[in-house]
Amino acid sequence: MTAVDATQAEVGKARTRKEDARLITGQTNWTDNITLPGLVHVAFVRSPYAHARIASVDLTAAREAPGVFAAYSGADFAAEQGSLPCAWPVTEDIVIPDHPPMAVDTVRYGGEIVACVVARDRYAAVDAAELVDVTYEALEPVLDMEAALAPGSVKVHTAGNKSYTWEFANGDLDAAFRDAPVVIERTYRQQRLIPSAMEPRAVVCAPVADEYTMWTSTQIPHVLRVMLALVTGIPEHKLRVIAPDVGGGFGSKLQVTAEEVLALLLARKLGRPVKWTETRSEGNVAVHHGRDQLQKLRLAADADGRIRGLDVELLANMGAYIMLVAPGVPLLGAFMFNAIYKMDAYRFNCTGVFTTTTPTDAYRGAGRPEATYAIEHLMDDLAAELGVDPLELRERNWIRHEEFPYTTISNLTYDSGNYEAATAAAKELFGYEGLRKEQAERVSAGSPVRLGIGISTFTEMCGLAPSRILGALRYAAGGWENASIRMLPTGKVEVVTGSSAHGQGHETAWSQIVADQLGVPFEDVRVLHGDTAVAPKGMDTYGSRSLVVGGTAIVNACEKVRRKARVIAAAMLEVSPDDLEWDAGRWAVRGDPDQGKSIGEIAFTAFAAHDLPEGIEPSLDSDATYDPDNFSFPHGTHLCAAEVDTETGQVRIRSYVAVDDVGVVVNPMIVDGQVHGGIAQGIAQALYEEAAYDSSGNLVTASLADYLIPSAADLPSFTTARTTTPSTLNPLGVKGVGEAGTIASTPAVVNAIVDALRPFGVSDVPMPCTPERVWRAIQEARSEGAA
Amino acid sequence: MRISMKIDGVRYDDDVEPRLLLVHYLREQAGRTGTPIGCDTSNCGACTVLLNGRSVKSCSVLAVQADGGEITTIQGLAGDSGELHPLQQAFHEEHALQCGYCTPGMIMAAVDLLGENPNPTEEEVRDGLEGNLCRCTGYQNIVRAVLRAANGGAPAARSDVAAEVTA
Repeated sequence: MTAVDATQAEVGKARTRKEDARLITGQTNWTDNITLPGLVHVAFVRSPYAHARIASVDLTAAREAPGVFAAYSGADFAAEQGSLPCAWPVTEDIVIPDHPPMAVDTVRYGGEIVACVVARDRYAAVDAAELVDVTYEALEPVLDMEAALAPGSVKVHTAGNKSYTWEFANGDLDAAFRDAPVVIERTYRQQRLIPSAMEPRAVVCAPVADEYTMWTSTQIPHVLRVMLALVTGIPEHKLRVIAPDVGGGFGSKLQVTAEEVLALLLARKLGRPVKWTETRSEGNVAVHHGRDQLQKLRLAADADGRIRGLDVELLANMGAYIMLVAPGVPLLGAFMFNAIYKMDAYRFNCTGVFTTTTPTDAYRGAGRPEATYAIEHLMDDLAAELGVDPLELRERNWIRHEEFPYTTISNLTYDSGNYEAATAAAKELFGYEGLRKEQAERVSAGSPVRLGIGISTFTEMCGLAPSRILGALRYAAGGWENASIRMLPTGKVEVVTGSSAHGQGHETAWSQIVADQLGVPFEDVRVLHGDTAVAPKGMDTYGSRSLVVGGTAIVNACEKVRRKARVIAAAMLEVSPDDLEWDAGRWAVRGDPDQGKSIGEIAFTAFAAHDLPEGIEPSLDSDATYDPDNFSFPHGTHLCAAEVDTETGQVRIRSYVAVDDVGVVVNPMIVDGQVHGGIAQGIAQALYEEAAYDSSGNLVTASLADYLIPSAADLPSFTTARTTTPSTLNPLGVKGVGEAGTIASTPAVVNAIVDALRPFGVSDVPMPCTPERVWRAIQEARSEGAA
Repeated sequence: MRISMKIDGVRYDDDVEPRLLLVHYLREQAGRTGTPIGCDTSNCGACTVLLNGRSVKSCSVLAVQADGGEITTIQGLAGDSGELHPLQQAFHEEHALQCGYCTPGMIMAAVDLLGENPNPTEEEVRDGLEGNLCRCTGYQNIVRAVLRAANGGAPAARSDVAAEVTA
């Protein structure tokens, strides 16, 4: 083994990814690729009604169909299927209704499972599922959140349509609004979105005696294993969950699904390995949806634009049931509405509402995009009201660089940041002054194609999460992460991580970290993850946590290896450990660097174990679990220039500049990729996507033909740059980047559109800003202006 | 029905149901699982393969329609000794994939695109790949990768990444 030069640090290098070798050659192991001897296939029968009582389920014809092993209704499983879990009961009196994986007597959204068929292949299973005869008594759907809360509304559950109300307040809000020179009141709607990871969900479950192995397309193999044990009563130590290659998640695979629970129960019942793979159209109704909030906002400011107070009242659509972390999603936004700004008072109030729609839960950003959209839109509205440049207004209110660490009105302490630097860099790259000039020229020329400049000076809370804070917020688990290092006798290194990547590039980035920490070549490190038998401890991947929390666990595990290696090296060299210093992968004698032992030589000595010091075990492996003290707070300034054709309503993004500060960057190529993809998903919310229901509660965007995911032709190239203020909270100085682009870009784009249209009197365009909606907003403003 | 086709250079003779989709035939009977399925409405393009040299979405072709044809999947794209196709290499160099689920289809569609138009502009690449959806990358690096492959593997000048700014 060769030691690497310390000046050639791996962290910071744009290493191409280790993962790619299998992904670009078709050797990937997706769950749907897995086949086993005797494997049988499951097809689910789903409710075509948004709300109905199940009068009868006749399985006779399905059971007699060719190739069919079994068919069951919810009633057949009533005694053993349990209830799908919620891990985040945010208040003491939250209503969490029973949620059977297969509906027993009532269906509450279109797509809810009412029966299942198991057959020898997927075609036979689908054929037989069509023979299942379900008689429904249709009930009235409940689709609108405000109507759902009104007295006399049809009830989704017997307890009513309210799940919980959660409130936070700090400062004297009444005083802030009393005699405030400016008060802005707005209502914004965060439309419902479908996360749409490219890999549809799939699950394979194999029973051997009373033990079960489940392969599933999940972000959370560890959490899932615990939850499957709790839901089904199958002992945790008899369950192994494997997340093989997973084709994207964006929160949609942060879930304990009905299909996973039923696959396990079917495997137990039939004593055979079972498999289910969803179709996209099935997934669009059955995978949890995201966003869907109604935001009522009031902002009070002084005449110079200084914010006095912010009042936020939310309705959050839970859909038909409470999913794994759904009640907590708005809470992740609760601490972010104040964003990077100082203010005297803040109140947040959120009510979770039941409707007869697909249940919602975390989708990329989870709470923070909603909060960021609201405050960044409000800041632009306030600037317009005062006739101040919106960047200037933000500067008057934001936390100045020299004020860090700063405790915000929502009681979070931001450790570091430099909003001035990110904004200055973004303005320059964007050509801000020139574009403002062009904008004014188009207005004075009466051009039909207007130019708008959208601003988003965002921050977010990442690195979920300090366990004590999660506990205080009534989350059922901790927020730590685990890592272990296995030093192989030949000096190669295996890193076992509890993070569970599904596109993020952990195998590459974690290798870079370990290469630096142990002074071994990047190529000598292998990362193991996503299998509860291989990586037994973990809290998995979501909330931009893997690098901040999981990366720190890896650093700490490496530190333990070095510490023990020092004792063994001292014995090998017959010196005191105190005489040794660490130098690029070696413990060497201080003042005599030729006298030293590389980590590989020490690993072999530990393996041979012939002559270890007294009391030293023959192993150089280590294990570390890290629980963060605080969140991390990436931030940035995103600027969007949009051309809006006022005659057609067509929006064209002309340029987009993103300056992100994510702390220290481990791999700039991966970070840029995360930012690009994040921006694209945020633009998709701003311009294209919406999960829409008709008045009967049918999802009318149930396929990719109707739900508009932007293609390459619909998006521009983005200009990315970075400022770096290292996090002071972890040894790597990292802050997380998985969600930044999505959080930042939605308000940047919508602000640009509204900015272009303010001369017409437009102050908002509801998302997604389709040509029709943009055109209507102009017409409505014109007719109001004329009235 | 009896069908016969060449898949990645190997001949397969099989009996299939007339309704069997080509992608299911490839994945489940021929064992070529490198080609994934992303949707059921032929919108996403994840299942794109070459049929007689032209890209097709293998979810919208019946196996029997490919009878007598020659199929190239992502697994047959690299050279005999394993050297990567220029597009595979470019996707790797430009970080044109994250989760990688759309990648096989994206690369096969790009093979056809460059066959039609060996020197496309950025806009032509974007329009040419309109039938293939990616949820991870925002397409920027995919476009760069296709341009790079068209350019003999040399990276194009970057105007999209600014130098790091010191805060």
